[in-house]
Amino acid sequence: MTELVEELARQVPDLRKLQAFAGAAAHTPYLADPQAKLHRKLCVSLEDAIRRSGLRDGMTISFHHAFREGDKVINQVVNKLAEMGFKDLTLATSSLLNCHDPLVEHFKSGVITQVYTSGLRGKIGEAISRGVLPRPVQIHSHGGRVNLLQSGELKIDVAFLGVSCCDEFGNASGSQGKLICGALGYAKVDAQYARSVVLLTAELVPFPNHPASISQDQVDLIVHLDDVGDPTLISKGAARTTKNPRELLIASLAADVVEHSGHFRDGFSMQTGSGASSIAATRFLGEKMAETGITASFALGGITGGIAELHAKGLIKTVIDVQSFDSDAAESLRLGQAHIEISANEYANPTSKGAYVDRIDVVILAALEIDLGFNVNVITGSDGVLRGASGGHCDVAAAANLAIVVAPLVRGRLPTVVSKVTTVVTPGESIGVLVTDQGIAVNSKHPELAKRLLDAGLPVVGIEELHRRAIALTGEPEPLKFLDRIVGLIRYRDGTVIDVVRQVDERE
Amino acid sequence: MKLRRSMLFVPGDAAGMVSTSFVFKPDTIMFDLEDAVSPREKDSARLLVYQALRHPAYRDIETAVRINELDTEYGPKDLEMAVRGGADLIRLPKTETAADIELLDRHITRIEQACGRPIGQTRVIAAIESASGVVNAVSITRASPRMIAVALAGFDYLVDMQSERSGGSEPELFYARAAVLHAARAAGIGAYDVAYGDVNDIGGFLREVMIAKNLGFNGKSLIHPRQIQPLHKAYAPTRQELAYARRVIEAAEKAKREGLGVTSLDGKMIDPPVIAHAELVIRRAEAA
Repeated sequence: MTELVEELARQVPDLRKLQAFAGAAAHTPYLADPQAKLHRKLCVSLEDAIRRSGLRDGMTISFHHAFREGDKVINQVVNKLAEMGFKDLTLATSSLLNCHDPLVEHFKSGVITQVYTSGLRGKIGEAISRGVLPRPVQIHSHGGRVNLLQSGELKIDVAFLGVSCCDEFGNASGSQGKLICGALGYAKVDAQYARSVVLLTAELVPFPNHPASISQDQVDLIVHLDDVGDPTLISKGAARTTKNPRELLIASLAADVVEHSGHFRDGFSMQTGSGASSIAATRFLGEKMAETGITASFALGGITGGIAELHAKGLIKTVIDVQSFDSDAAESLRLGQAHIEISANEYANPTSKGAYVDRIDVVILAALEIDLGFNVNVITGSDGVLRGASGGHCDVAAAANLAIVVAPLVRGRLPTVVSKVTTVVTPGESIGVLVTDQGIAVNSKHPELAKRLLDAGLPVVGIEELHRRAIALTGEPEPLKFLDRIVGLIRYRDGTVIDVVRQVDERE
Repeated sequence: MKLRRSMLFVPGDAAGMVSTSFVFKPDTIMFDLEDAVSPREKDSARLLVYQALRHPAYRDIETAVRINELDTEYGPKDLEMAVRGGADLIRLPKTETAADIELLDRHITRIEQACGRPIGQTRVIAAIESASGVVNAVSITRASPRMIAVALAGFDYLVDMQSERSGGSEPELFYARAAVLHAARAAGIGAYDVAYGDVNDIGGFLREVMIAKNLGFNGKSLIHPRQIQPLHKAYAPTRQELAYARRVIEAAEKAKREGLGVTSLDGKMIDPPVIAHAELVIRRAEAA
């Protein structure tokens, strides 16, 4: 054999790198071992998996956040990495929640020195805003994260992906099994782009596991862990249903805006965010759909039980799910009747060959602050501290025909409508309408929409008037104080920098 | 006459609610300084409510203040603040006799004079919360030209009666409702039914709304914004009722143009009470 290849190389020099055949299992040695052939991916422990993954200091690890506040994977893995002595890792996770507060210790000790995420809250946000990390945190959108992976800026060395169940070859699901989290839209992308993929599964099920969200051909290693997440905590925090009358009032107005927006016709498409008013708006919109007989062709996004309910009633034909916000949504996905699971690339990546957000008519989104130019902040709080999530906000706002932002005019003693937002996450040019409890403002880019809403008797006023009303209640807030040091970058979905977050100044 | 169906209680010490409760658009916002506010918060609540009353956001909505009883250390201060702050209405709790209203009237007149408000501009609602209040309802409703309504307060009344809420058709409240309502109607003023305490039970609330509406109450005192829309919907006329009311008004106007005293519609006589009812139906429809 070797002679043949040598002769080939003499005759056709550019083929000299080809190798000679050396036996059927030369490059697949496991095929020669009946045990290894079937069980080679199974690891005896998390530590075993980490060792076999080839992870070294300075590399990048990734996670997804489908279990939201119930996630137990990130803390477990990073604790183990710290125990094993790893340093200088980049943490690239689709998002971080309050349950991940313990990571702050690993920031301080240098186990993690850089973070990519779409959101961060609690002690992590506070610590980063106070400058705990040597490099700025990179805040990306859900679509933008895929873009960073495709452009090569973000290279995942090892993805640690919690799943509800998988077989010993790695066919994995988040919507089958005992501990279901629902759609694995973010994990699917990591499984595709990571150099090494480790599944942490709550359950090992017989081969072949079907339907699978993550396929065996993307999986390197598998560990069985008793505790990957607590499904009962998925809907805790950001994604919740509300009885608050103010949020219900805003939600009801938002549904009125949709009804009279010109987009409310049979076959329309919709998305609602995970804020309380957005979730409630889904219900009010459902009532209007039932009354008028208008049905939606599809609903997209993080999917709530409210959307799943409208789907079950036949008011939404197809549900397209990148992440399930509660157990009802996850259950609907498990049943799988015109409820399909997609990756973040299919969902919202601006450089994807086809993103569902491009086909959305109306989206309802939340805001921490919105300014006179309709720029939206969903990442920094009134104290300038990181405490929110970019999520899919700028992705769907950019692509949808109409983006509606819902927010109370005043939160506590602070105005939500401000002259200039602390941090821009979504540019005002993407926002069509702001709905507050004290009136509705329409972006001057859409005069015809303002007229339609006024004609429908809705309380439309200028955004300057809303700002004036807010300030009349709260007074003009003192400007926030920051140091010069940049502790966070806000990456727009196309990878550009739309804003920065500076270290909070706590000097008296 | 202003349509008043919903009077929303807003605890005077809850700054978040006091500052923005107008967004819920009840017919009347009633800032409470009495039972909802603990003694240690009475002074701060009074200040908060004063600021709210002066705020431009409350210019376009009717405001009431439930003051503490005038024989407490808080009552006179509450009244001083409410009248000076520009409250449209004062709700006097635990009204037992006409003398309570007459005393209130004199205090209000004195304060109006002192602060330059037109005399008589501040109107009064008497809350009736006891057996004495119910039996004195006739004189209470006529005790002052400031009186615009009486409100029955069920909880205190039933304690006084040594009774309790039964649910269902509420026979324990029937006499008080009927007595207060008759007194109000005879005096030509409004009447408000008891508040419903379980804010999560909209079904039970609506059952009680229908009892009150069918008896003839103008509306109810409400303790949560969530109760406003169901109440307004319950008081809204049906399409058929509205269409009939419009035809009644048309027929009446036609009769007037033709110089007829009474006329008829579909074989039924159209006289002033029928016309007044039709006007009420139209006003409720417009407000709904």
